[in-house]
Amino acid sequence: MQEIAEAKSLTLADVAIRLTGRTLLAVSATILPGEVLTIMGPSGSGKSTLLAFAGGFLDPAFEVSGRILVGAEDLTQVPANRRHAGILFQDPMLFPHLSVGGNIAFAIPPAVKGHKARRALAEAALEEVGLGGFFDRDPETLSGGQKARVALQRLLVSAPRFLLLDEPFSKLDAALRQQTRELVFSKAKAAGLPTILVTHDSADAQAAGGRVIEVGSEEEA
Amino acid sequence: MGLQTESPGPVPFGMPLRRLLSGNALLVVILGLPVLAGVAGAILPAFGYLPALGGRDLTLVHLVELARQPHVLRSALTGLAAGLITTFAALAIVGTFVAGFAGTWAFTRIQHLVSPLLAVPHAAAAFALAFLVAPSGFLLRLASPELTGFTRPPDWLVPNDPYALSMIAGLISKEVPFLFLVALAALPQLAVARAARLTAALGYGRVLGFGVSLWPALYRQIRLPVFAVLAYSVSVVDVAIIIGPQLPPTLPVRIAQWAAYPDLDARFLASAGALVQLATVLAAMAIWNVAERFGRIALARLTSSGRRLAEDGALRVAAALLMTGCAVTIFAGLGLLSLWSAAGLWPFPDALPESLTTRTWLRTLPQLRVPLGTTIALALSAALLALLVAILLLYRNGGRKNGAGYRLLYLPLLVPEISFVFGLQILLFSAGVSPAFASVLAVHFLFVLPYVLLSLSAPWRELDPRFERIAAGLGKSPLEILFKVRLPLLFRACLTALAVGFSVSVSLYLPTLLVGSGRLTTITTEAVALASGGDRRVIGVHALVQSLLPFLAFLVASLGPQLLFRNRRAMRT
Repeated sequence: MQEIAEAKSLTLADVAIRLTGRTLLAVSATILPGEVLTIMGPSGSGKSTLLAFAGGFLDPAFEVSGRILVGAEDLTQVPANRRHAGILFQDPMLFPHLSVGGNIAFAIPPAVKGHKARRALAEAALEEVGLGGFFDRDPETLSGGQKARVALQRLLVSAPRFLLLDEPFSKLDAALRQQTRELVFSKAKAAGLPTILVTHDSADAQAAGGRVIEVGSEEEA
Repeated sequence: MGLQTESPGPVPFGMPLRRLLSGNALLVVILGLPVLAGVAGAILPAFGYLPALGGRDLTLVHLVELARQPHVLRSALTGLAAGLITTFAALAIVGTFVAGFAGTWAFTRIQHLVSPLLAVPHAAAAFALAFLVAPSGFLLRLASPELTGFTRPPDWLVPNDPYALSMIAGLISKEVPFLFLVALAALPQLAVARAARLTAALGYGRVLGFGVSLWPALYRQIRLPVFAVLAYSVSVVDVAIIIGPQLPPTLPVRIAQWAAYPDLDARFLASAGALVQLATVLAAMAIWNVAERFGRIALARLTSSGRRLAEDGALRVAAALLMTGCAVTIFAGLGLLSLWSAAGLWPFPDALPESLTTRTWLRTLPQLRVPLGTTIALALSAALLALLVAILLLYRNGGRKNGAGYRLLYLPLLVPEISFVFGLQILLFSAGVSPAFASVLAVHFLFVLPYVLLSLSAPWRELDPRFERIAAGLGKSPLEILFKVRLPLLFRACLTALAVGFSVSVSLYLPTLLVGSGRLTTITTEAVALASGGDRRVIGVHALVQSLLPFLAFLVASLGPQLLFRNRRAMRT
């Protein structure tokens, strides 16, 4: 077990983010499968930039040194679409031109062949989060909580190698936030995905239950 | 550092091709070369070099011949003055209006009134104005015979007055909506509300408050379009034929006439004219440059003088009235055109026709079938081609406004079309290319692409990048992301860009006339040809059909998403 887990961990090796010469943030950490590393800090502390670096879509204005690895594979120069990073943003970002089911089916890897098989997989994914029968719905007609669940399932069916969560709960109301947090973290753990969570809400960090790195104060836990 | 940047993933082209296709370089090839080739094609024959017609020796005879043409200086100066006055007036109206009303309720209202005016072809707008102000036009009919005593149309030189006043009025009414839209696109980048509060607190009136705080920044953003307006107004042909001076006409009109002479030797004369016209536009730009400098000094003086112009109510009302006036005049004129197209007997000075009839329409429509078909085929192909190229360009450089390359967009709009299009005609003629659909289409494309690209680039930049990041995270390749995410999400913007391109192509007169050598007729060339002594009823039909085409295009652009995404609420608005 330990070996497989090692193979799928996510490593940030001496990652430092600078903007016009000033170091915003420096991190070095290995995140085990199913583990959540929380980066906490105020806006402008470079924490979202870290996610952009990990996801492969960094604004060229930033200078970053260091590497990112999954297991032993160095992803630093790998284009975004070959990294298989599952991303959740503050907004669910469901594609408005596709149906709810279409959003999920879009994410299913091409290895799953056949319209029927893909649709069945998408319907099952919706069923799993209590959205059975929502396949043909317009995403715009869903509630905030429902959208968040669709976004989560869309990400999971794509078979990601790690998760990048960019304050994904901050726009949900209190009751929904607790529920969605539990859902996301339990799914990430069950799927054995190393996860980086970026937030300014300490309740998020607590719920994540992993290590917390506070930035902005230059302090590493 | 060589880390991943915005464009994720491998590039689907090999290295040399990739460099060629890298946005700006491609733009140089597509827009820069033809324009420069066209200018060269006009300049060389001006000095006698045109091997296809046996001209091999450099000579000044053709320029001397041009100078011998009667009233040629007057022709050139009239166009120059009309262009400068038009540009200044349009800019003053738009500037004062934006300064006086940005962020208010009235602003949005007038914006909705003025914006559709942009889609009205120049020729149709000119006819609309002509039908209002002509001696037998509607305004005089309203006032006759009670106020004027006229029972017959007076013998006035209107709308073809020698001072080009009607032409200036027609041009202003079309350039105001253009500059307004350009200013509108620049406004979000300015802190309008904050500057208004700040200057109001200092006791400034709205207009001067805007002027001292935001105008320099706004003007910097719209400067290139202003120069495009200047180049266009100094060199305009179709509007000048319809409502410009006649004895003599402006230089661009005379060049177009020489270029159309059956006697091929007249092309040397036309070339000499095209060269002088190029110089005239350069002179206009130089004068404008000096005027800009004076403007800057005046604004600086005004700013440091401490004057507040707190009571600017009258100025604001005037600007709003002039803005509204442009739209009301042209739309009233278009209404009048429709009335004429269906009018039975309509003697002067009756304000309304005695009867309505479908006779003109029934008689004219069959003749319109071929030009209409050509117009639509040209406009659709040019717009689609331009959209494809625009998407390719934006995809290659990520929608960034990259300095020099991006400015190249304006090149076909800054060089007078009579000069470079005429040059292209000569080049095509020399190369033995006979006028055909393809060559006219190629020239239409040059004029359509800048507008399509300008129309698409703002929505392209503004699309939330997170959609594409998520898709990349899901493992989609850049091309998959383009076709399955970006383009569907920009569907409405693409349709609008198509409609813009379609309208530009429909309204093109000179490129169709020159490159098509009169063998390819469109609704626009037909309409302008009717200008001298044509039957008002037939003109009414032509001008109406001509201005309906762009409106239909924009209608399709706004209904398309409604139909295609009936079931997707977020895609319909």
